[in-house]
Amino acid sequence: MFQRIYALILKEFLAMLLDPKSRATILIPPMVQLVIFGYAATFDLNHIKYAVFNEDQGSLSRQLLSRFQGSPAFSLKAALTSDREIAPLLDSREVLVVLHTGPRCSENILNGSGCNLQVLIDGRNSNTAMLALNYIRDIVSGFSMDLQREHGGNLPPAHLNVRAWFNPNLESQWFIVPGIVAMLGLVVTLVVVCLSVAKEHEAGTFDQLLVTPLTPLDILLGKTIPGFMVGMFEGSVIILLAVVWFRVPLNGSLLILYTGLAIYCLSAVGVGLMISSMSTTQQQALLGGFIFLVPAVTLSGFATPIDNMPPFMQYITLLDPMRYFLIIVRRVFLEGAGFELLWPQFWPMMIIAGVTLTVSAWFFRHKMY
Amino acid sequence: MRLHGFIRKEWLQVLRDPSSLAIAFALPVILLLIFGYGISLDAKHVKIAIVTESPGPVASSFTGGLYNSEYFEPEVMGSIQEAVEALNRWEVKGIVWLKSNFARDYMKQKSPPISVMVNGIDANTARLVEGYISGVWAQWLELQAIKAGQTLSLPVNLDFRIWYNPAVRSRNFLVPGLFAIVMTLIGALLTALIIAREWERGTMEALLVTPITVTEMLVGKLVPYFLLGMGGFALAIFMAFFLFDVPLQGSFLLLLACSALFLVTALGMGLVISTISGGSQFVAAQAAIIVTFLPAFLLSGFIFDITSMPGPIQALTHLMAARYYVAILQTIFLAGNVWSVIMPNAAALALMALVFLLIVWRKTVKTLD
Repeated sequence: MFQRIYALILKEFLAMLLDPKSRATILIPPMVQLVIFGYAATFDLNHIKYAVFNEDQGSLSRQLLSRFQGSPAFSLKAALTSDREIAPLLDSREVLVVLHTGPRCSENILNGSGCNLQVLIDGRNSNTAMLALNYIRDIVSGFSMDLQREHGGNLPPAHLNVRAWFNPNLESQWFIVPGIVAMLGLVVTLVVVCLSVAKEHEAGTFDQLLVTPLTPLDILLGKTIPGFMVGMFEGSVIILLAVVWFRVPLNGSLLILYTGLAIYCLSAVGVGLMISSMSTTQQQALLGGFIFLVPAVTLSGFATPIDNMPPFMQYITLLDPMRYFLIIVRRVFLEGAGFELLWPQFWPMMIIAGVTLTVSAWFFRHKMY
Repeated sequence: MRLHGFIRKEWLQVLRDPSSLAIAFALPVILLLIFGYGISLDAKHVKIAIVTESPGPVASSFTGGLYNSEYFEPEVMGSIQEAVEALNRWEVKGIVWLKSNFARDYMKQKSPPISVMVNGIDANTARLVEGYISGVWAQWLELQAIKAGQTLSLPVNLDFRIWYNPAVRSRNFLVPGLFAIVMTLIGALLTALIIAREWERGTMEALLVTPITVTEMLVGKLVPYFLLGMGGFALAIFMAFFLFDVPLQGSFLLLLACSALFLVTALGMGLVISTISGGSQFVAAQAAIIVTFLPAFLLSGFIFDITSMPGPIQALTHLMAARYYVAILQTIFLAGNVWSVIMPNAAALALMALVFLLIVWRKTVKTLD
């Protein structure tokens, strides 16, 4: 039996790796994507482009505005002289933020009535707008506190002391890069496996496989193992790059990470094989794979949290293997979480893998055309 | 006449192949539903734990602010250990902790800290939560000052206005951005697959020996898929208006024109991919996903702000057609007909379409030799 399966696995690998183009698509794009997405997929704001419109002659307003100039998160694009210039700048997206201080700003600070700093933000991307507003709020309240301290004024009755756990500097990269392990692992495994049976359906060679002494279980194993190995390989390379290149801290144990990766790859192979064995042409299989892949990536929590979705959508995500592995990979990397915390993520993936693999084995025998 | 016959043949081929109709009509609907409901950056009803070790009117006035905020769903916990455990199990996103000396130090005007801990793994959500908490804190300070019979006189007050999207609804910029993803999929994936299939089956070579010219062939291939794509666009528009209530500030005709332009670019991209991939559906599909879908998702400014990316990646985004279309979409939908944004982006799209079609034209001639 093992020899038969071995022969089938060997044949699958040859089919996959002998064609230079398909070899290249398995190896190169994932690496390129990791590096590009690792840098591109960030919610951090650097270089917020802003303009100032300062009508005040005093020194305090200048001090306030120079805090923005000193901050690495902001980059000054223009100093305006009339309020008619504001709208075109924001409209054309040349700046994200316009800071406007009225003619009596410094005076009002000194006489205690307070200066109004008018902030106009381009809200086309509401997330960017909210984050920019937070940055501005931090700078302004820092300035206010310092002034009060200098002038011996009252401290605020209580102050906030905020600490972020597991990712103290709130770096998006630490969130996104481990997520890419899950995303690319799924994409590559699925595309490889999706075609494996459909291609044979199309060429008619699957019928030949069925009349060989191979049992459906043999075929299942022979089709599963190559895809599984590709997924594990892909995952390992990305994990390595995440640690070595992106320097994301790997706090947890590799054993847990790899157990998760193995189950995840099995479930990805299962979904791929199920789609593949249900379709008669490669195109159908690819489409099927795609129709699975897009929601699976989108709804997994990769870029936007599942908690923000409406409840019925959250239930749909329970079917998505990537959802579970994302949590495992992020928590093992950043928290160093152990099995007891992650167990709720392991068993749903096992069920997905079990069900999809069984269904595909059934289809091997029962779909003959 | 020849051209007419050819377009008719292509059109019939599209209509009689359920999978291409599925891409053109089912896919946009599914995608818009998934993305429209599934992707949201508005963190609301975030679960947080509240631990009050010094109960009293001061503490409850602060926590009351958290209860009243639509952003939080607070849960009172008996001890900090319990709260930390809940944070570790991801049952809450953050902890607000008023220590035992809070009330006493508050009375003595020693400005006691309000400890806030957030789970920083999802850095973006953590930042938003921090921002919301400091918003609650600022309101509370004001309220306390009023209660004490003073007006809160901070040296600088923030008076902010968010333009174009005053409700700060992330759906308002995500749904228009989706158009780019839907049109990329229809345009590039569909054409890439179909043409690769023709090469694979040898029907393309059969076409090349007919008297039809290369130009006629390109037009014949483009027209049916262009019509399909515009059908998908109509569906997307319909859903954006009636399902997601996205406002349209600019002119509909301009939107239509820009979308048609983008569709031609996407179709051109699909043709290039299928021609270059040398007729393997496997390679064409991989390439279509990798160079069209993922960049449209990550490198277009659809979710992740381009200005925050590192320089080389920003330069790379200039090669992505989706980038220009997303800029146009977000502007027409949210800001209006801002020519200073639309003209350069539309010009870039037109240029890209031209380059793609030229490449295909050249390549197709060559294969005749």
